[in-house]
Amino acid sequence: MKRKFLWPALLLSGAFLTLYAFKSISVLPTPDPDNAGLVLPQGFGALKVAETGAKPRHIVVTPQGTIYVKLARVKDNKGIMVLQENKDGKAQVTGGFGDYPGTGIYMKDGYLYTSSNTEVFRYKLSDKNEVIDPTKPEKIVTGLKMGRQHETKSLVLDNDGNVYVNIGVNSNSCQEQDRGLRSAGIPGCPLLDSMAGIWQFKKDKLNQSYGQGIRYASGLRNVVGLDWNQQNNQLFVMQHGRDNLNSSWPELYNEKESAELPAECLYALKKGDNAGWPFMYYDGVQNKKIVAPEYGGDKKKEADAKYLDPAVAFPAHMAPNGLLFYTGNMFPEKYKNGAFIAFHGSWNRAPEPQKGFFVVFQPFKDGKPVGKWEIFADNFAGSPEKAASGRVDHRPCGLAQGSDGSLYVTDDSKGTIYRIVYNKK
Amino acid sequence: MVGGSTRLSAQTKSKQAPVAKTKAVSAAVLANGKKVYTKYCLACHMADGGGVQNMNPPLIKTSYVLGNATKLIKVILNGMSEGVEIDGETYTNIMPPHGFLTDQEVADVLTYVRSSFGNKAPAIKVAEVKAARTTKK
Repeated sequence: MKRKFLWPALLLSGAFLTLYAFKSISVLPTPDPDNAGLVLPQGFGALKVAETGAKPRHIVVTPQGTIYVKLARVKDNKGIMVLQENKDGKAQVTGGFGDYPGTGIYMKDGYLYTSSNTEVFRYKLSDKNEVIDPTKPEKIVTGLKMGRQHETKSLVLDNDGNVYVNIGVNSNSCQEQDRGLRSAGIPGCPLLDSMAGIWQFKKDKLNQSYGQGIRYASGLRNVVGLDWNQQNNQLFVMQHGRDNLNSSWPELYNEKESAELPAECLYALKKGDNAGWPFMYYDGVQNKKIVAPEYGGDKKKEADAKYLDPAVAFPAHMAPNGLLFYTGNMFPEKYKNGAFIAFHGSWNRAPEPQKGFFVVFQPFKDGKPVGKWEIFADNFAGSPEKAASGRVDHRPCGLAQGSDGSLYVTDDSKGTIYRIVYNKK
Repeated sequence: MVGGSTRLSAQTKSKQAPVAKTKAVSAAVLANGKKVYTKYCLACHMADGGGVQNMNPPLIKTSYVLGNATKLIKVILNGMSEGVEIDGETYTNIMPPHGFLTDQEVADVLTYVRSSFGNKAPAIKVAEVKAARTTKK
């Protein structure tokens, strides 16, 4: 090569190589000046990705920056909203599909899985993770029971071709009169045969229903937040605990006890497990499984030891709607393989102050919780007074991890999508 | 429905508030009604009457609260277990029956609700509650 060309050529190739290397390093978006109103640990920032004007429940974010959110109610007849991120981290709505309401959405191995309140669908994705034909989903599960309350069908997949679907029960505590004063529990609670559990189906067979599925776990009143722990290959779920201890059993439970019982429980599940609803509840104050008053309990009688103990017990009525095991590299080491939980916030603590409206973090080691949980992202409510009254600005619902390790949070009350990032500086 | 003269049958012995254009409700009725509300209604409908989104209906200026008295009384007596639409919204939780309340308690709590949370609707009388118990669903 002629000498006069040598340095320019070297500089050019150096520049090219440097730029090429940066192509695979994602640029962190700048957090909003006020961190989107959230209170976060040191070093973390947050931005509002979008205001959807809808009710986004669970969420998927692809490596290409496409966001799929499942809407609680259809908007313009679409139940899944699609957004696309810009370089600055903000996203625009680019479309929607699926004419059904619901909560569940999950991406796995080239498919987007979604659910209405009675069925599960999957949509094939291109190699850019775009839905190839939004008008032609495969219906993989149908005929799931829904009643009034606990009707949504959250879902997650394992690594062996199975999809796990929550079938919540249309009852608070399986009483003869739902939420009734001193109403006894229905003997044996026959609702358990088709509700109040997690059902397992094959991810790729069409039109499965109860006959083709397996009741993987039972005795779970309603599970909205659930996730597959990739570290120890196990299903974890967050249960919404029962309400109305005082209003149904005022002689046994005063208002304060009713506000603080039962715990919201994280369960580590194996096939065949029974978490005990409706026959028992978990008392997070005594740290005991207690017989439910509907089935002869007196606040003290302990339940059969066969029922599952929780992995972690959280304060009562906070409504865990999202669960995510963090596997990213953006956040500090202590967050690796630990659990984020989005607490939607309580209503059944009244007349005591309401609680929740935040995202917590529970550290894990080797698939087991270790140490105390802590509040990670707070002030979705807007102020402590708003949180106490329950009349809040935002309510966290769904969680997703971006390919760069960002944490996304949806708010199904005002429709905001948040992104939380960690800046090592 | 005529307000003034028919109120007397529902009221206690306490002094009546001065009657202006809008008919005032006695303090005793409101106090009793609030007591019933706090014990039996607040857990779901909340201290501000605002209910819980998607789950428990609000009691603020809804067609049920401001509308037909017998229909409203029957909600207390029989509960609400069908997914009825209330002013364009649906609510998933069941309201259990409260027929165990006395006629006075039902009248007072509904009068309290109809005088609170921004509502302005006529008081409910004991006689109306009695009648509602006997009519078919």
